[in-house]
Amino acid sequence: MSNRLVTFTDVSRFYGEVLGINRVNLSIPPGITSLVGPNGAGKTTLMNLMAGLIRPSKGEIRVLGIAPDHPEELCCIVGYCTQFDAFPKGLTGYQFIHSFLRIRGMSEAECQQRARVALETVNITEAAHRPVGAYSKGMRQRIKLAQAIAHDPQVLILDEPLNGLDPMARAETIALFRDWGAHERHVIVSSHILHEVDRISDQVILLSHGYVVAEGQIQGVRSEVKDQPIQVLIRCNHPNALAARLFRQDHVVEAKIHPDGKGILLRTTDADRFYLMLNHVILETGMEVESIAPADDDVNSVYQYLIGGEGGAA
Amino acid sequence: MSPFWRPFGGIIRLELKKTFFSRRGWWAYLLALAPAGLCLMHTVVDMRTRARFGSHIIPQDVRMFAALFQTYFLHLGIFFGCVGIFSNLFRGELLEKTLHYYFLTPIRRELLVLGKYCCGSMVALVSFVLSAVVSFFLIGYHQGAAWSDFVLHGPGLFQMVSYAGITALAILGYGAVFLAAGLFVRNPMIPAAVVWVWENLNPFLPSFLKKVSIIFYLKSLNPVELPSPSGPRGNLFSVLVTDTDPTPAWIAVTGLLLVTLLILTYTAVSARRTEINYGE
Repeated sequence: MSNRLVTFTDVSRFYGEVLGINRVNLSIPPGITSLVGPNGAGKTTLMNLMAGLIRPSKGEIRVLGIAPDHPEELCCIVGYCTQFDAFPKGLTGYQFIHSFLRIRGMSEAECQQRARVALETVNITEAAHRPVGAYSKGMRQRIKLAQAIAHDPQVLILDEPLNGLDPMARAETIALFRDWGAHERHVIVSSHILHEVDRISDQVILLSHGYVVAEGQIQGVRSEVKDQPIQVLIRCNHPNALAARLFRQDHVVEAKIHPDGKGILLRTTDADRFYLMLNHVILETGMEVESIAPADDDVNSVYQYLIGGEGGAA
Repeated sequence: MSPFWRPFGGIIRLELKKTFFSRRGWWAYLLALAPAGLCLMHTVVDMRTRARFGSHIIPQDVRMFAALFQTYFLHLGIFFGCVGIFSNLFRGELLEKTLHYYFLTPIRRELLVLGKYCCGSMVALVSFVLSAVVSFFLIGYHQGAAWSDFVLHGPGLFQMVSYAGITALAILGYGAVFLAAGLFVRNPMIPAAVVWVWENLNPFLPSFLKKVSIIFYLKSLNPVELPSPSGPRGNLFSVLVTDTDPTPAWIAVTGLLLVTLLILTYTAVSARRTEINYGE
Protein backbone atom coordinates (compact mmCIF):
# COMPACT_ATOMS: atom_id res chain seq x y z
CA MET A 1 0.00 0.00 0.00
CA SER A 2 2.76 2.47 0.97
CA ASN A 3 4.19 2.06 -2.53
CA ARG A 4 1.13 3.92 -3.80
CA LEU A 5 1.49 6.80 -1.35
CA VAL A 6 3.61 9.87 -0.89
CA THR A 7 4.52 9.77 2.78
CA PHE A 8 6.14 12.24 5.15
CA THR A 9 7.14 10.86 8.53
CA ASP A 10 7.94 13.48 11.15
CA VAL A 11 9.63 15.66 8.54
CA SER A 12 11.14 19.01 9.47
CA ARG A 13 13.13 21.36 7.34
CA PHE A 14 14.95 24.44 8.57
CA TYR A 15 16.75 27.10 6.53
CA GLY A 16 19.36 28.05 9.06
CA GLU A 17 17.24 29.26 11.93
CA VAL A 18 14.18 29.83 9.76
CA LEU A 19 11.48 27.19 9.86
CA GLY A 20 10.40 25.73 6.53
CA ILE A 21 8.12 22.96 7.77
CA ASN A 22 7.98 21.28 11.14
CA ARG A 23 7.05 17.75 12.19
CA VAL A 24 4.98 17.04 9.13
CA ASN A 25 3.28 13.66 8.94
CA LEU A 26 1.38 13.07 5.73
CA SER A 27 0.15 10.22 3.67
CA ILE A 28 -1.00 11.37 0.26
CA PRO A 29 -3.04 8.90 -1.82
CA PRO A 30 -3.44 9.03 -5.61
CA GLY A 31 -5.73 11.73 -6.98
CA ILE A 32 -5.57 15.49 -6.91
CA THR A 33 -4.23 16.92 -3.68
CA SER A 34 -4.09 20.66 -3.13
CA LEU A 35 -1.69 22.43 -0.84
CA VAL A 36 -3.24 25.56 0.54
CA GLY A 37 -1.78 28.15 2.87
CA PRO A 38 -0.57 31.72 3.07
CA ASN A 39 2.83 32.91 1.85
CA GLY A 40 5.59 31.25 3.84
CA ALA A 41 3.33 28.43 5.02
CA GLY A 42 5.71 25.80 3.67
CA LYS A 43 3.98 24.68 0.47
CA THR A 44 7.00 25.07 -1.82
CA THR A 45 9.27 23.55 0.80
CA LEU A 46 7.00 20.51 0.92
CA MET A 47 7.07 20.22 -2.88
CA ASN A 48 10.83 20.70 -3.12
CA LEU A 49 11.30 17.98 -0.51
CA MET A 50 9.06 15.58 -2.46
CA ALA A 51 11.01 16.23 -5.65
CA GLY A 52 14.40 15.84 -3.96
CA LEU A 53 15.53 19.40 -4.68
CA ILE A 54 16.15 19.88 -0.97
CA ARG A 55 16.65 17.40 1.85
CA PRO A 56 14.81 17.24 5.15
CA SER A 57 16.63 18.37 8.29
CA LYS A 58 14.84 15.55 10.06
CA GLY A 59 12.41 12.76 9.21
CA GLU A 60 11.79 10.52 6.25
CA ILE A 61 10.06 10.98 2.92
CA ARG A 62 8.97 8.28 0.51
CA VAL A 63 7.47 8.89 -2.90
CA LEU A 64 5.77 5.67 -3.97
CA GLY A 65 8.31 3.89 -1.80
CA ILE A 66 11.35 5.74 -3.20
CA ALA A 67 13.53 8.02 -1.07
CA PRO A 68 14.10 11.43 -2.72
CA ASP A 69 17.86 11.20 -2.23
CA HIS A 70 17.93 8.71 -5.12
CA PRO A 71 17.24 11.02 -8.08
CA GLU A 72 18.02 8.24 -10.56
CA GLU A 73 14.89 6.41 -9.42
CA LEU A 74 12.77 9.24 -8.12
CA CYS A 75 12.95 11.45 -11.19
CA CYS A 76 11.67 8.61 -13.39
CA ILE A 77 8.31 8.78 -11.60
CA VAL A 78 8.14 12.46 -10.63
CA GLY A 79 7.42 15.48 -12.80
CA TYR A 80 7.75 18.88 -11.15
CA CYS A 81 6.52 22.16 -12.56
CA THR A 82 8.24 24.65 -10.28
CA GLN A 83 7.36 28.25 -9.53
CA PHE A 84 10.58 29.49 -11.18
CA ASP A 85 9.81 31.37 -14.35
CA ALA A 86 13.24 30.66 -15.86
CA PHE A 87 14.42 28.62 -18.84
CA PRO A 88 17.73 27.65 -20.39
CA LYS A 89 18.75 30.46 -22.71
CA GLY A 90 18.38 30.28 -26.46
CA LEU A 91 16.10 27.24 -26.70
CA THR A 92 12.80 26.95 -28.48
CA GLY A 93 9.88 25.33 -26.71
CA TYR A 94 10.42 22.10 -28.61
CA GLN A 95 14.17 22.06 -27.94
CA PHE A 96 13.53 22.68 -24.26
CA ILE A 97 11.32 19.60 -23.94
CA HIS A 98 13.37 17.46 -26.31
CA SER A 99 16.71 18.26 -24.62
CA PHE A 100 15.63 17.16 -21.17
CA LEU A 101 13.99 14.01 -22.54
CA ARG A 102 17.30 13.25 -24.21
CA ILE A 103 19.09 13.69 -20.89
CA ARG A 104 16.65 11.16 -19.46
CA GLY A 105 18.28 8.65 -21.81
CA MET A 106 15.47 8.25 -24.32
CA SER A 107 16.10 7.47 -27.96
CA GLU A 108 15.84 10.24 -30.55
CA ALA A 109 12.57 8.84 -31.93
CA GLU A 110 11.04 8.56 -28.47
CA CYS A 111 12.14 12.09 -27.55
CA GLN A 112 10.54 13.48 -30.70
CA GLN A 113 7.33 11.60 -30.14
CA ARG A 114 7.01 12.48 -26.45
CA ALA A 115 7.91 16.13 -27.04
CA ARG A 116 5.22 16.36 -29.71
CA VAL A 117 2.58 14.75 -27.48
CA ALA A 118 3.47 16.99 -24.51
CA LEU A 119 3.26 20.12 -26.66
CA GLU A 120 -0.10 19.00 -28.03
CA THR A 121 -1.38 18.24 -24.54
CA VAL A 122 -0.75 21.80 -23.35
CA ASN A 123 -1.90 23.19 -26.69
CA ILE A 124 1.26 25.05 -27.61
CA THR A 125 2.21 23.24 -30.82
CA GLU A 126 2.06 26.35 -32.99
CA ALA A 127 4.63 28.19 -30.87
CA ALA A 128 6.83 25.12 -30.39
CA HIS A 129 9.61 26.35 -32.65
CA ARG A 130 9.76 29.86 -31.26
CA PRO A 131 12.32 30.74 -28.56
CA VAL A 132 10.91 30.33 -25.06
CA GLY A 133 12.26 33.79 -24.26
CA ALA A 134 9.66 35.26 -26.62
CA TYR A 135 6.73 33.46 -24.96
CA SER A 136 4.03 35.20 -22.94
CA LYS A 137 3.69 34.40 -19.24
CA GLY A 138 0.84 31.97 -19.95
CA MET A 139 2.81 30.19 -22.68
CA ARG A 140 5.83 29.88 -20.40
CA GLN A 141 3.60 28.36 -17.76
CA ARG A 142 2.28 25.85 -20.30
CA ILE A 143 5.70 24.92 -21.64
CA LYS A 144 6.87 24.26 -18.08
CA LEU A 145 3.86 22.02 -17.61
CA ALA A 146 4.65 20.21 -20.87
CA GLN A 147 8.20 19.63 -19.69
CA ALA A 148 6.93 18.24 -16.38
CA ILE A 149 4.53 15.75 -18.02
CA ALA A 150 6.60 14.79 -21.08
CA HIS A 151 8.08 11.66 -19.47
CA ASP A 152 4.64 10.52 -18.25
CA PRO A 153 5.31 10.68 -14.49
CA GLN A 154 3.30 8.87 -11.82
CA VAL A 155 3.57 11.83 -9.48
CA LEU A 156 3.01 15.30 -10.89
CA ILE A 157 3.94 18.18 -8.59
CA LEU A 158 2.75 21.63 -9.62
CA ASP A 159 3.64 24.85 -7.85
CA GLU A 160 1.06 27.52 -8.70
CA PRO A 161 0.41 26.00 -12.15
CA LEU A 162 -2.55 28.25 -12.95
CA ASN A 163 -0.64 31.50 -12.53
CA GLY A 164 -0.67 33.64 -15.63
CA LEU A 165 -3.10 31.44 -17.56
CA ASP A 166 -6.08 32.98 -19.31
CA PRO A 167 -9.53 31.52 -18.48
CA MET A 168 -9.53 29.18 -21.48
CA ALA A 169 -6.05 27.84 -20.77
CA ARG A 170 -6.97 27.55 -17.10
CA ALA A 171 -10.00 25.41 -17.91
CA GLU A 172 -7.92 23.21 -20.23
CA THR A 173 -5.21 22.83 -17.59
CA ILE A 174 -7.72 21.91 -14.90
CA ALA A 175 -9.20 19.32 -17.26
CA LEU A 176 -5.70 17.93 -17.74
CA PHE A 177 -5.19 17.65 -13.96
CA ARG A 178 -8.53 15.88 -13.62
CA ASP A 179 -7.66 13.46 -16.36
CA TRP A 180 -4.26 12.82 -14.81
CA GLY A 181 -5.70 12.36 -11.31
CA ALA A 182 -8.43 10.03 -12.57
CA HIS A 183 -5.82 7.52 -13.73
CA GLU A 184 -4.61 6.58 -10.26
CA ARG A 185 -1.77 9.07 -10.42
CA HIS A 186 -0.79 11.71 -7.92
CA VAL A 187 -1.34 15.33 -8.84
CA ILE A 188 -0.11 17.58 -6.06
CA VAL A 189 -0.99 21.21 -6.66
CA SER A 190 -0.39 24.41 -4.77
CA SER A 191 -2.65 27.25 -5.72
CA HIS A 192 -3.94 30.44 -4.20
CA ILE A 193 -7.09 30.40 -6.35
CA LEU A 194 -9.25 28.76 -3.74
CA HIS A 195 -12.43 28.27 -5.72
CA GLU A 196 -10.46 26.43 -8.39
CA VAL A 197 -8.69 24.34 -5.78
CA ASP A 198 -12.16 23.51 -4.52
CA ARG A 199 -13.30 22.39 -7.94
CA ILE A 200 -10.40 20.11 -8.70
CA SER A 201 -9.22 18.65 -5.40
CA ASP A 202 -9.87 15.18 -4.11
CA GLN A 203 -8.17 16.19 -0.89
CA VAL A 204 -6.54 19.27 0.57
CA ILE A 205 -3.63 19.91 2.87
CA LEU A 206 -3.85 23.18 4.76
CA LEU A 207 -0.54 24.62 5.89
CA SER A 208 0.27 27.50 8.15
CA HIS A 209 3.63 28.63 9.52
CA GLY A 210 5.27 25.35 8.52
CA TYR A 211 2.69 23.14 10.19
CA VAL A 212 -0.03 21.00 8.64
CA VAL A 213 -3.23 22.49 10.01
CA ALA A 214 -5.60 20.00 8.41
CA GLU A 215 -5.63 17.35 5.72
CA GLY A 216 -8.13 15.12 3.99
CA GLN A 217 -11.28 15.48 1.92
CA ILE A 218 -12.62 18.97 2.31
CA GLN A 219 -15.98 17.93 3.80
CA GLY A 220 -14.17 15.81 6.36
CA VAL A 221 -11.87 18.69 7.22
CA ARG A 222 -14.87 21.00 7.60
CA SER A 223 -16.66 18.62 9.94
CA GLU A 224 -13.56 18.58 12.16
CA VAL A 225 -13.76 22.32 12.65
CA LYS A 226 -16.07 22.10 15.66
CA ASP A 227 -15.72 25.63 16.92
CA GLN A 228 -17.27 27.18 13.80
CA PRO A 229 -21.06 26.79 13.31
CA ILE A 230 -21.97 24.95 10.10
CA GLN A 231 -23.71 27.00 7.42
CA VAL A 232 -26.62 25.48 5.49
CA LEU A 233 -28.54 27.05 2.64
CA ILE A 234 -32.16 25.89 2.39
CA ARG A 235 -34.13 26.86 -0.71
CA CYS A 236 -37.85 26.70 0.13
CA ASN A 237 -41.17 28.45 -0.51
CA HIS A 238 -41.72 29.79 3.05
CA PRO A 239 -38.35 30.92 4.40
CA ASN A 240 -39.90 33.36 6.87
CA ALA A 241 -41.93 30.63 8.58
CA LEU A 242 -38.92 28.41 8.71
CA ALA A 243 -36.83 31.19 10.18
CA ALA A 244 -39.39 31.74 12.92
CA ARG A 245 -39.20 28.06 13.88
CA LEU A 246 -35.44 28.00 13.69
CA PHE A 247 -34.91 30.92 16.04
CA ARG A 248 -36.49 28.90 18.85
CA GLN A 249 -33.70 26.32 18.66
CA ASP A 250 -30.69 26.83 20.94
CA HIS A 251 -28.26 25.30 18.42
CA VAL A 252 -29.14 27.87 15.78
CA VAL A 253 -26.71 30.76 15.94
CA GLU A 254 -27.90 32.78 12.97
CA ALA A 255 -30.57 32.63 10.25
CA LYS A 256 -30.68 35.05 7.34
CA ILE A 257 -33.28 35.26 4.62
CA HIS A 258 -31.68 34.94 1.21
CA PRO A 259 -31.73 38.24 -0.77
CA ASP A 260 -34.05 36.68 -3.40
CA GLY A 261 -36.56 35.80 -0.65
CA LYS A 262 -36.65 32.13 -1.65
CA GLY A 263 -34.24 30.65 0.84
CA ILE A 264 -32.62 30.90 4.21
CA LEU A 265 -28.99 30.79 5.25
CA LEU A 266 -28.57 29.20 8.60
CA ARG A 267 -25.65 28.74 11.02
CA THR A 268 -25.96 25.92 13.50
CA THR A 269 -23.67 24.33 16.06
CA ASP A 270 -25.41 20.95 15.75
CA ALA A 271 -26.11 19.87 12.20
CA ASP A 272 -27.69 16.54 13.19
CA ARG A 273 -30.30 18.17 15.42
CA PHE A 274 -31.00 20.74 12.74
CA TYR A 275 -31.67 18.16 10.04
CA LEU A 276 -33.95 16.22 12.42
CA MET A 277 -35.86 19.36 13.24
CA LEU A 278 -36.14 20.31 9.59
CA ASN A 279 -37.78 16.95 8.83
CA HIS A 280 -40.39 17.66 11.49
CA VAL A 281 -41.04 21.15 10.14
CA ILE A 282 -41.52 19.87 6.61
CA LEU A 283 -43.92 17.17 7.77
CA GLU A 284 -45.88 19.56 9.98
CA THR A 285 -46.16 22.53 7.59
CA GLY A 286 -46.03 20.86 4.19
CA MET A 287 -43.35 23.33 3.22
CA GLU A 288 -41.82 22.73 -0.22
CA VAL A 289 -38.05 22.42 0.03
CA GLU A 290 -36.16 22.72 -3.22
CA SER A 291 -32.67 22.06 -1.91
CA ILE A 292 -30.60 21.78 1.23
CA ALA A 293 -26.86 22.27 0.84
CA PRO A 294 -23.94 22.99 3.12
CA ALA A 295 -22.72 26.51 2.40
CA ASP A 296 -19.26 26.42 3.97
CA ASP A 297 -17.70 23.05 3.27
CA ASP A 298 -15.50 24.51 0.56
CA VAL A 299 -11.79 25.21 0.68
CA ASN A 300 -12.33 28.94 0.98
CA SER A 301 -14.47 28.63 4.12
CA VAL A 302 -12.24 26.03 5.73
CA TYR A 303 -9.25 28.21 4.92
CA GLN A 304 -10.88 31.20 6.57
CA TYR A 305 -11.81 29.20 9.66
CA LEU A 306 -8.45 27.54 10.14
CA ILE A 307 -5.98 30.05 8.80
CA GLY A 308 -8.16 33.13 8.62
CA GLY A 309 -6.74 36.61 8.58
CA GLU A 310 -3.14 35.84 7.79
CA GLY A 311 -3.14 37.82 4.64
CA GLY A 312 -4.79 35.42 2.24
CA ALA A 313 -3.66 32.24 0.63
CA ALA A 314 -0.77 32.11 -1.76
CA MET B 1 24.65 6.06 -29.09
CA SER B 2 24.08 3.40 -26.41
CA PRO B 3 21.38 4.11 -23.79
CA PHE B 4 24.07 4.46 -21.12
CA TRP B 5 25.77 7.34 -22.91
CA ARG B 6 22.60 9.09 -24.11
CA PRO B 7 22.21 11.28 -20.99
CA PHE B 8 25.88 12.24 -21.24
CA GLY B 9 25.48 13.13 -24.91
CA GLY B 10 22.30 15.00 -24.03
CA ILE B 11 24.12 17.15 -21.47
CA ILE B 12 26.93 17.94 -23.92
CA ARG B 13 24.48 18.87 -26.67
CA LEU B 14 22.38 21.05 -24.43
CA GLU B 15 25.37 22.83 -22.90
CA LEU B 16 26.88 23.50 -26.30
CA LYS B 17 23.59 24.79 -27.63
CA LYS B 18 22.64 27.11 -24.80
CA THR B 19 26.05 28.37 -23.72
CA PHE B 20 28.79 27.97 -26.25
CA PHE B 21 27.03 28.42 -29.55
CA SER B 22 25.31 31.47 -28.17
CA ARG B 23 26.43 35.08 -28.16
CA ARG B 24 27.40 34.71 -24.51
CA GLY B 25 30.34 32.52 -25.49
CA TRP B 26 31.94 35.01 -27.88
CA TRP B 27 34.14 36.72 -25.34
CA ALA B 28 35.89 33.42 -24.51
CA TYR B 29 36.65 32.86 -28.18
CA LEU B 30 37.97 36.41 -28.49
CA LEU B 31 40.18 35.85 -25.45
CA ALA B 32 41.49 32.66 -27.04
CA LEU B 33 42.03 34.07 -30.50
CA ALA B 34 43.61 37.38 -29.43
CA PRO B 35 47.22 36.04 -29.49
CA ALA B 36 46.65 34.57 -32.97
CA GLY B 37 45.69 38.08 -34.06
CA LEU B 38 48.84 39.48 -32.43
CA CYS B 39 51.04 36.92 -34.16
CA LEU B 40 49.36 37.59 -37.48
CA MET B 41 50.03 41.28 -36.99
CA HIS B 42 53.65 40.52 -36.14
CA THR B 43 54.06 38.57 -39.37
CA VAL B 44 52.33 41.17 -41.52
CA VAL B 45 54.34 44.04 -40.04
CA ASP B 46 57.58 42.07 -40.44
CA MET B 47 56.83 41.26 -44.08
CA ARG B 48 56.04 44.88 -44.87
CA THR B 49 59.01 46.42 -43.06
CA ARG B 50 61.59 43.75 -43.79
CA ALA B 51 63.12 45.68 -46.67
CA ARG B 52 63.68 48.78 -44.54
CA PHE B 53 64.60 47.37 -41.12
CA GLY B 54 65.62 43.81 -41.91
CA SER B 55 64.05 40.69 -40.43
CA HIS B 56 64.79 38.91 -37.19
CA ILE B 57 65.89 35.33 -36.91
CA ILE B 58 64.00 32.16 -35.97
CA PRO B 59 65.38 31.87 -32.38
CA GLN B 60 64.06 35.38 -31.72
CA ASP B 61 60.61 34.34 -32.91
CA VAL B 62 60.79 31.19 -30.80
CA ARG B 63 61.69 33.18 -27.66
CA MET B 64 59.03 35.73 -28.48
CA PHE B 65 56.43 32.99 -28.65
CA ALA B 66 57.70 31.46 -25.40
CA ALA B 67 57.27 34.84 -23.70
CA LEU B 68 53.82 35.30 -25.23
CA PHE B 69 52.79 31.83 -24.16
CA GLN B 70 53.97 32.18 -20.58
CA THR B 71 52.65 35.68 -20.04
CA TYR B 72 49.45 35.79 -22.05
CA PHE B 73 48.32 32.18 -22.45
CA LEU B 74 49.18 30.83 -19.02
CA HIS B 75 48.73 33.91 -16.83
CA LEU B 76 45.83 35.58 -18.58
CA GLY B 77 44.07 33.94 -21.50
CA ILE B 78 43.67 30.37 -20.35
CA PHE B 79 43.23 31.37 -16.72
CA PHE B 80 40.43 33.87 -17.30
CA GLY B 81 38.98 31.82 -20.15
CA CYS B 82 38.61 28.93 -17.70
CA VAL B 83 37.17 31.23 -15.03
CA GLY B 84 34.49 32.36 -17.48
CA ILE B 85 33.74 29.02 -19.06
CA PHE B 86 33.90 26.62 -16.12
CA SER B 87 32.67 28.69 -13.19
CA ASN B 88 29.53 29.53 -15.16
CA LEU B 89 28.65 25.91 -15.82
CA PHE B 90 26.98 25.65 -12.41
CA ARG B 91 26.99 29.22 -11.09
CA GLY B 92 25.39 30.53 -14.28
CA GLU B 93 22.57 28.00 -13.91
CA LEU B 94 22.10 28.96 -10.27
CA LEU B 95 21.95 32.65 -11.15
CA GLU B 96 19.49 32.01 -13.96
CA LYS B 97 17.49 29.60 -11.78
CA THR B 98 17.64 26.77 -14.29
CA LEU B 99 19.74 24.15 -12.50
CA HIS B 100 16.65 22.40 -11.15
CA TYR B 101 15.79 21.19 -14.66
CA TYR B 102 18.96 19.07 -14.57
CA PHE B 103 18.36 17.99 -10.97
CA LEU B 104 14.90 16.75 -11.91
CA THR B 105 16.22 14.30 -14.48
CA PRO B 106 17.05 10.75 -13.45
CA ILE B 107 20.77 11.02 -14.01
CA ARG B 108 23.50 10.63 -11.46
CA ARG B 109 24.79 14.00 -10.33
CA GLU B 110 28.32 12.68 -10.90
CA LEU B 111 27.45 12.23 -14.56
CA LEU B 112 26.11 15.77 -14.69
CA VAL B 113 29.37 17.13 -13.28
CA LEU B 114 31.36 15.04 -15.74
CA GLY B 115 29.16 16.09 -18.66
CA LYS B 116 29.47 19.77 -17.87
CA TYR B 117 33.23 19.47 -17.30
CA CYS B 118 33.71 17.62 -20.58
CA CYS B 119 31.65 20.18 -22.44
CA GLY B 120 33.61 23.09 -20.93
CA SER B 121 36.88 21.29 -21.66
CA MET B 122 35.89 20.61 -25.26
CA VAL B 123 35.15 24.26 -25.91
CA ALA B 124 38.22 25.55 -24.07
CA LEU B 125 40.51 22.95 -25.68
CA VAL B 126 39.30 23.67 -29.18
CA SER B 127 39.63 27.42 -28.80
CA PHE B 128 42.87 27.69 -26.81
CA VAL B 129 44.80 24.73 -28.27
CA LEU B 130 43.85 25.85 -31.75
CA SER B 131 44.88 29.38 -30.86
CA ALA B 132 48.25 28.22 -29.47
CA VAL B 133 48.99 26.14 -32.58
CA VAL B 134 47.88 28.85 -35.01
CA SER B 135 49.79 31.53 -33.07
CA PHE B 136 52.95 29.43 -33.08
CA PHE B 137 52.60 28.86 -36.79
CA LEU B 138 51.91 32.53 -37.51
CA ILE B 139 54.69 34.02 -35.41
CA GLY B 140 57.36 32.72 -37.76
CA TYR B 141 55.32 32.62 -40.95
CA HIS B 142 57.23 35.63 -42.32
CA GLN B 143 60.39 33.47 -42.31
CA GLY B 144 58.93 31.53 -45.24
CA ALA B 145 60.45 28.17 -46.10
CA ALA B 146 62.91 28.35 -43.20
CA TRP B 147 60.04 28.40 -40.73
CA SER B 148 58.26 25.53 -42.49
CA ASP B 149 61.46 23.56 -42.33
CA PHE B 150 61.86 24.46 -38.62
CA VAL B 151 58.31 23.35 -37.84
CA LEU B 152 58.16 20.23 -39.97
CA HIS B 153 61.71 18.92 -39.75
CA GLY B 154 63.30 20.76 -36.84
CA PRO B 155 62.49 21.26 -33.16
CA GLY B 156 59.46 23.39 -34.07
CA LEU B 157 57.06 20.45 -34.20
CA PHE B 158 58.07 19.29 -30.72
CA GLN B 159 57.67 22.83 -29.39
CA MET B 160 54.27 23.23 -31.01
CA VAL B 161 53.05 19.91 -29.62
CA SER B 162 54.45 20.83 -26.20
CA TYR B 163 52.61 24.15 -26.18
CA ALA B 164 49.40 22.39 -27.24
CA GLY B 165 49.88 19.83 -24.46
CA ILE B 166 50.61 22.48 -21.81
CA THR B 167 47.53 24.41 -22.93
CA ALA B 168 45.44 21.26 -22.61
CA LEU B 169 46.81 20.50 -19.15
CA ALA B 170 46.22 24.08 -18.01
CA ILE B 171 42.63 23.90 -19.21
CA LEU B 172 42.00 20.58 -17.49
CA GLY B 173 43.56 21.80 -14.21
CA TYR B 174 42.10 25.30 -14.04
CA GLY B 175 38.82 23.97 -15.45
CA ALA B 176 38.40 21.55 -12.55
CA VAL B 177 39.26 24.29 -10.04
CA PHE B 178 36.74 26.76 -11.45
CA LEU B 179 34.02 24.18 -12.02
CA ALA B 180 34.24 23.40 -8.29
CA ALA B 181 34.33 27.11 -7.43
CA GLY B 182 31.15 27.65 -9.45
CA LEU B 183 29.36 24.94 -7.52
CA PHE B 184 30.56 25.76 -4.03
CA VAL B 185 31.04 29.54 -3.93
CA ARG B 186 28.32 32.11 -4.46
CA ASN B 187 30.76 34.50 -6.15
CA PRO B 188 33.44 32.49 -8.01
CA MET B 189 35.32 35.70 -8.81
CA ILE B 190 36.66 35.72 -5.26
CA PRO B 191 38.40 32.31 -5.45
CA ALA B 192 39.45 33.20 -9.01
CA ALA B 193 41.16 36.37 -7.76
CA VAL B 194 42.82 34.48 -4.90
CA VAL B 195 44.10 31.74 -7.22
CA TRP B 196 45.27 34.31 -9.76
CA VAL B 197 47.26 36.27 -7.16
CA TRP B 198 48.71 33.03 -5.81
CA GLU B 199 49.72 31.83 -9.26
CA ASN B 200 51.33 35.18 -10.09
CA LEU B 201 53.20 35.30 -6.81
CA ASN B 202 54.71 31.93 -7.69
CA PRO B 203 58.17 33.20 -8.73
CA PHE B 204 58.57 34.95 -5.39
CA LEU B 205 57.47 32.06 -3.21
CA PRO B 206 59.85 29.72 -1.39
CA SER B 207 60.51 26.45 -3.19
CA PHE B 208 58.10 24.31 -1.18
CA LEU B 209 55.23 26.76 -1.70
CA LYS B 210 55.97 27.11 -5.41
CA LYS B 211 54.95 23.49 -5.78
CA VAL B 212 51.46 24.17 -4.40
CA SER B 213 50.30 25.71 -7.64
CA ILE B 214 49.37 24.78 -11.17
CA ILE B 215 51.54 27.34 -12.92
CA PHE B 216 54.76 25.90 -11.46
CA TYR B 217 54.17 22.52 -13.09
CA LEU B 218 53.00 24.07 -16.33
CA LYS B 219 56.15 26.20 -16.56
CA SER B 220 58.26 23.12 -15.88
CA LEU B 221 56.91 21.70 -19.14
CA ASN B 222 57.77 24.68 -21.31
CA PRO B 223 59.96 23.59 -24.23
CA VAL B 224 61.77 26.94 -24.39
CA GLU B 225 63.33 28.38 -21.27
CA LEU B 226 63.07 32.13 -20.85
CA PRO B 227 65.90 34.04 -19.20
CA SER B 228 65.28 34.01 -15.45
CA PRO B 229 64.56 37.41 -13.87
CA SER B 230 66.95 36.44 -11.07
CA GLY B 231 69.82 36.32 -13.54
CA PRO B 232 72.54 38.91 -13.90
CA ARG B 233 70.33 41.18 -16.03
CA GLY B 234 67.34 40.92 -13.73
CA ASN B 235 65.24 43.88 -12.71
CA LEU B 236 64.28 45.35 -9.35
CA PHE B 237 62.28 42.27 -8.39
CA SER B 238 65.08 39.87 -9.19
CA VAL B 239 66.29 39.82 -5.59
CA LEU B 240 62.90 38.50 -4.51
CA VAL B 241 62.78 35.71 -7.08
CA THR B 242 63.75 32.24 -5.92
CA ASP B 243 65.03 29.60 -8.31
CA THR B 244 63.67 26.11 -8.03
CA ASP B 245 64.62 23.10 -10.09
CA PRO B 246 61.88 22.33 -12.57
CA THR B 247 59.88 19.20 -11.89
CA PRO B 248 60.45 16.28 -14.31
CA ALA B 249 57.84 16.25 -17.04
CA TRP B 250 56.29 12.92 -16.08
CA ILE B 251 55.78 14.05 -12.49
CA ALA B 252 54.34 17.40 -13.61
CA VAL B 253 51.89 15.77 -16.03
CA THR B 254 50.87 12.95 -13.72
CA GLY B 255 50.59 15.30 -10.74
CA LEU B 256 48.41 17.78 -12.62
CA LEU B 257 46.13 15.04 -13.90
CA LEU B 258 45.85 13.52 -10.42
CA VAL B 259 45.00 16.86 -8.82
CA THR B 260 42.42 17.44 -11.55
CA LEU B 261 40.91 14.03 -10.90
CA LEU B 262 40.81 14.65 -7.16
CA ILE B 263 39.05 18.01 -7.52
CA LEU B 264 36.57 16.54 -10.00
CA THR B 265 35.82 13.58 -7.75
CA TYR B 266 35.22 15.84 -4.78
CA THR B 267 32.98 18.10 -6.87
CA ALA B 268 31.00 15.15 -8.21
CA VAL B 269 30.48 13.65 -4.76
CA SER B 270 29.48 17.06 -3.34
CA ALA B 271 27.06 17.66 -6.22
CA ARG B 272 25.12 14.66 -4.99
CA ARG B 273 24.30 16.56 -1.81
CA THR B 274 23.77 19.92 -3.47
CA GLU B 275 20.36 21.46 -2.95
CA ILE B 276 18.49 23.89 -5.11
CA ASN B 277 18.58 27.18 -3.27
CA TYR B 278 18.37 30.17 -5.54
CA GLY B 279 18.74 32.50 -2.59
CA GLU B 280 15.08 33.42 -2.33
